[in-house]
Amino acid sequence: MGNSDTLDEGPTGDERPVGAVSGTSVSISEPANVRLGRGKLTLRRFLRNKLAVIGLIGILLLIIIATLGPYLLPWGYLDIDKKAFLKPPSAKHWLGTTQAGRDVLALTIAGMRKSLIIGFLAGTIATGLASVVGTAAAYFGGWTQRIALWVIDLLLIVPSTLIIAVMMKGGVNHDYAWVVLALLLGAFGWMITGRVMRSMTLSIRNREYVLAAKYMGLPPWKIITRHIIPNISSYMIVDLTLGVGGYILAETGLSFLGLGIQAPDTSLGTLIGEGARMATTYSWIFLTPSAILVFLVLCINAVGDGLRDALDPSSQSGGSAA
Amino acid sequence: MARYIALRVLNYTVLLFVAVSLAYLLAASSLNPRQIYALRQPPVDPDVIETILRNCNISDNVPLLERYFTWLKNIFTEWNWGCSPTNGSVNAEVSVRVWVSLRLMIIGTLGGVVTGVLVGAWAATKQYKAPDRVYTLASLFVICTPSFVMGIVAQILAVKANNALPWRIFEFVGETGSVDDYPMAAFVDRLQHLLLPTVVLILVTSAALSRIQRNLMLDALGADYVRTARAKGLPKRKAVMKHALRTALIPTGTYVAFTVAGMFVGATYTERVFSFPGMGQYAVDAILKMDINAISAVTAFAGVCTMCGAILSDIVVAILDPRVRLG
Amino acid sequence: MSLLSVRDLCVSFPSEAGVVQAVRGVTFDLERGQTMALVGESGSGKSVTSLAIMGLHPENAKITGSVLLDGTDELLTKNDEQMSKIRGLRIAMVFQDPLSALTPVYAVGDQIVETILTHSPETSKEDAWKRAVHLLDLVGIPDAAERARAFPFEFSGGMRQRVMIAMAIANNPDIIIADEPTTALDVTIQAQVLEVLQAAQAETGAAMILITHDLGVVAGNADHVTVMYAGRMVEQGSVDDIFYAPAMPYTIGLLGTVPRLDHKSGEALPILEGNPPSVVNLVPGCPFAPRCPMAIDKCHESEPELTATGETQAGHLSACWRLEETKGLSHGDIFEVPVVRRNELTTLPRDERDTVLDIKNLHKHFPLLKGAIYRRQAGVVKAVDGIDLDLRAGETLGLVGESGSGKSTTLLEILELMKPTQGRIVVLGNDTAQLSRNARRSLRKDIQVVFQDPMAALDPRLPVFDIIAEPLGAFGWDKAAIEERVFELLKIVGLQADHADRYPQHFSGGQRQRIGIARALALNPRILVLDEPVSALDVSIQAGVINLLEQLQQELGLSYLLVAHDLAVIRHICDRVAVMYLGNIVEIGDVEDVYEHPLHPYTQALLSAIPIPDPKVERERQRVVLTGDMPSPADPPSGCKFRTRCPKFLSLDADSQARCVGVPPELSVAGADHNVACHYPEVLRVI
Repeated sequence: MGNSDTLDEGPTGDERPVGAVSGTSVSISEPANVRLGRGKLTLRRFLRNKLAVIGLIGILLLIIIATLGPYLLPWGYLDIDKKAFLKPPSAKHWLGTTQAGRDVLALTIAGMRKSLIIGFLAGTIATGLASVVGTAAAYFGGWTQRIALWVIDLLLIVPSTLIIAVMMKGGVNHDYAWVVLALLLGAFGWMITGRVMRSMTLSIRNREYVLAAKYMGLPPWKIITRHIIPNISSYMIVDLTLGVGGYILAETGLSFLGLGIQAPDTSLGTLIGEGARMATTYSWIFLTPSAILVFLVLCINAVGDGLRDALDPSSQSGGSAA
Repeated sequence: MARYIALRVLNYTVLLFVAVSLAYLLAASSLNPRQIYALRQPPVDPDVIETILRNCNISDNVPLLERYFTWLKNIFTEWNWGCSPTNGSVNAEVSVRVWVSLRLMIIGTLGGVVTGVLVGAWAATKQYKAPDRVYTLASLFVICTPSFVMGIVAQILAVKANNALPWRIFEFVGETGSVDDYPMAAFVDRLQHLLLPTVVLILVTSAALSRIQRNLMLDALGADYVRTARAKGLPKRKAVMKHALRTALIPTGTYVAFTVAGMFVGATYTERVFSFPGMGQYAVDAILKMDINAISAVTAFAGVCTMCGAILSDIVVAILDPRVRLG
Repeated sequence: MSLLSVRDLCVSFPSEAGVVQAVRGVTFDLERGQTMALVGESGSGKSVTSLAIMGLHPENAKITGSVLLDGTDELLTKNDEQMSKIRGLRIAMVFQDPLSALTPVYAVGDQIVETILTHSPETSKEDAWKRAVHLLDLVGIPDAAERARAFPFEFSGGMRQRVMIAMAIANNPDIIIADEPTTALDVTIQAQVLEVLQAAQAETGAAMILITHDLGVVAGNADHVTVMYAGRMVEQGSVDDIFYAPAMPYTIGLLGTVPRLDHKSGEALPILEGNPPSVVNLVPGCPFAPRCPMAIDKCHESEPELTATGETQAGHLSACWRLEETKGLSHGDIFEVPVVRRNELTTLPRDERDTVLDIKNLHKHFPLLKGAIYRRQAGVVKAVDGIDLDLRAGETLGLVGESGSGKSTTLLEILELMKPTQGRIVVLGNDTAQLSRNARRSLRKDIQVVFQDPMAALDPRLPVFDIIAEPLGAFGWDKAAIEERVFELLKIVGLQADHADRYPQHFSGGQRQRIGIARALALNPRILVLDEPVSALDVSIQAGVINLLEQLQQELGLSYLLVAHDLAVIRHICDRVAVMYLGNIVEIGDVEDVYEHPLHPYTQALLSAIPIPDPKVERERQRVVLTGDMPSPADPPSGCKFRTRCPKFLSLDADSQARCVGVPPELSVAGADHNVACHYPEVLRVI
């Protein structure tokens, strides 16, 4: 996968209008002395994207439900109702029960909470790893870069899903298995982002303002933290957001196969896996967690896409000093 | 060009060797097949267990490196990937299952790439119009739906469709089913079983690829050379097809590598949901049963698939891009 | 009946900020065989006009007015299908950037064949191919039959532009629209391409619309001129009318504000204050009024129409409320000419000044990498191949040459302050090869840089204050001192204090370059390295930055090492000039002496390639046009590196040529401050 350099261009948000005319500079005149910060500008552009705003509201809603849900529901997710095995939705169990008599709603909310935490944790780990390896490889070049690229290629050729599954199976089945799962997902998921960050760093390293900083006597670490990291940070934010969605999918996938989160602990994946066996006959066990999963990931992706568009400095951001 | 491809293959082969070795060492050190016998009732004689495990070269009483070298020697001298106490010879299992998976993966890759490219390019030409908006929403929805959910939903819908129609159209358990007695019945039966899994795989693959193709195409549509093509008298539609699409295909060629790499995982879910006896299913079973040799063999298979994808993408890019071909 | 009549053409399109009124009422007639130049700065609407005529405008554009071909055929009402029958057959176009204007994946021959077959599908493929090869030969592509099979990436920029021209004339069009056809090219290549363009026009008898911002190109190539400003035609007339009797203050200012190649003035350039207005939400009144020293109340209230100046021929029109008064005024009468105060240092003879930078036998070699993916070393690029330079206190040394001559590499090598591949760099008495890390860092205070592209040189994520404060912070200044210094610097470069907390993207090009200069001055350097400091700026903005640099030099006693491709700018601000070719200096000396008495054939060719904004001078000029491109610095010719393109070499007999082929010429003294590296130097006046 060594020739993915053409792909490693990071966010290609350069969506010029068809047949854009060069030389027609468009600028908005801001009143003097009003400093429109970057954050404010980004927010304004983000809020203009309806899909992204809906996504953000959706995520916040789901997080609130995941946090407060257990206190408001009549059933805990570990409770077993011996009078209701495999019952369809009813007044008592709003979304039905499982074969073991557990409340599907309570299970779904508990599973969503776990999936969310794993997703955020894995995403943070992966983006962090990717930015450290990516910028270091590009900035120091030489052997650092060669070794980093070789490790990336190696990890890309290893079927990471299999390896994670093996390590989960081999690990002790303790209460914090989900932490291990999140760590593993992050550790095996950063490679493509790392490559992108490397090539972004490479291009930034040769920009004139980095050269200028170097020629005015700034030490390397200051150049990295002041000029390189801030200029890839928007990509890091977008990658983190989309990554969370990706790792939630990866976690549910593994759990669905029975290789991730194990009962009695629960996640959306284990729940879907349980429901899948009887999906054509007792579909409620399958449908609820699936719908929640799709909605959750949809919201996250909508926010990620919205962030990408809002943070892209190449789109018209407006403002002129004249 | 040939020299270049040869170098790539060599590089990948080294990577693959390291990757499979690591997988073996990891599996052999973290999994202990002895546990499977621990819960057996009545208890099995420890000596018998030891003999069984030693026969398969998976006894943890043998030093790890010794097992590793035995395993390597068997592969390189006899092409013997070992065995497992419960599943028998790995070679025998794999030789059947490989074709099941390959069929799915090849159809999925080809269908997914072609569909993705066409849909993405088409959506780009309709930017900001209704079809593009519908497409954007639909592709986002597909990307956010895991393939196993999609597969099961397809099954639920298939049951409803089968019940509503006078005859069974959709089959979704296994590769083949009961074959009726009419000409080509066996073939039709196979197609029926392939239909749903293939549709799911193609949808999943093409959704991701089409979004990339759409962005590439948008870049290409604004490119100066498309304007040049129109300036010399090509109508817009022709300029787009001949100049923009052709150039926007080059980065897609690179992306094929990632598509193939992701295909194995996608196929695993599909096999699981539709009960296809393929490599993915085998992998899941192997991990659940702590079958170290099978895990290593599946790792090798997945690695070879990724490697073929990468080389294929190198070749595709070289064909599409004269700068790579001649540069 | 005119070939093309454009009447009251207006183009507007929506944008986030509001409606962009890109073109407002363009009217002109184009006759067979004639060339009309559309002149204006970026954003003036000249390119949009041409795209609207071609029907290649953005789809959301709103167009009104009329474009008649042959007096009867209305182009604006045609759909894409109908327009494509005209594009490439009747009207052809040559675009600005030949790098991106050719499809990268098709051979150039195939792209020309496509042009032919699109309009005459009955032609056989073989005949079309033969014609394509013939066309490539016509525009001066060597080995046309062979090269027709090559892909665009295998051609240099100049050769690609030739291919574009071949494609444009493939169907013998009646009109060729050339949109900034030489802007991206070196001056020597520009001269070649303009010559090819003229030949192509002569061959087809086509009329031409030449879009450019370069008044020199206009003077040498156009019959008629239309000057545009903020989407509006502000002056129109014959080339002599515009250059010798300009009536609109903008035209007058534009002509006066450009440094001239053909004479040296000790004075500062008159400056056009301000920037062209945004064409979104236009305010009423003449768009030039805010920058016009002659503006009266009426100018701010309503926009003047084009009216006949009545001065010379009937065709001379101008849009100004004070036409009667502008008659006979020169730029110096209208625009302010700043007075530069002289520093006593600059009056000292050169020999008595300190040497601030001394370079001996500098070499910089790069490994040449081949292969798009698997890189392998295929040779050595001798980017800089043994040069000697010295820079004295308070003087300006210019480096000129085509791209690839090694001038920018020389700058970067000096700025690295490291041990070079070979040779010695001595900065203020310190040999860079022997510097300790700390000494190197502290030496950076004394040598600072201003880059070409002011946008790329400023971190878009930092406010101006932080950008200027950065070098101060790096050298441990305390907060209060930094604050005081930043505001002082802003004042020095002519920016306001309230600019400090805005971001670079809120500034115009000229203002950004001032920010870059302020940052470079922060630590009170002795030497300033300037890499094409004005080439990315619009012509009307350049003068302000050039004046600022001159004034700073006088006030602060700075020494400048300057790289520029614009030889007129070099003549204006440099004391000495060094001409580089393939990593060597071929001629160096006092700028006046070198320009007036150029000895090296390469210097002569460079000077002769620069168009002069004076139609009469241009018509009578003797030109030395170089053939072909510069050879690769990885594989330079033996002996004198310039011999493969040298017009002098061709005029020599075989024995004399042998010396050029065998012996690399050394720099030898040819005047008081004038050295040249040529075996057969001979003065040839080209300006």
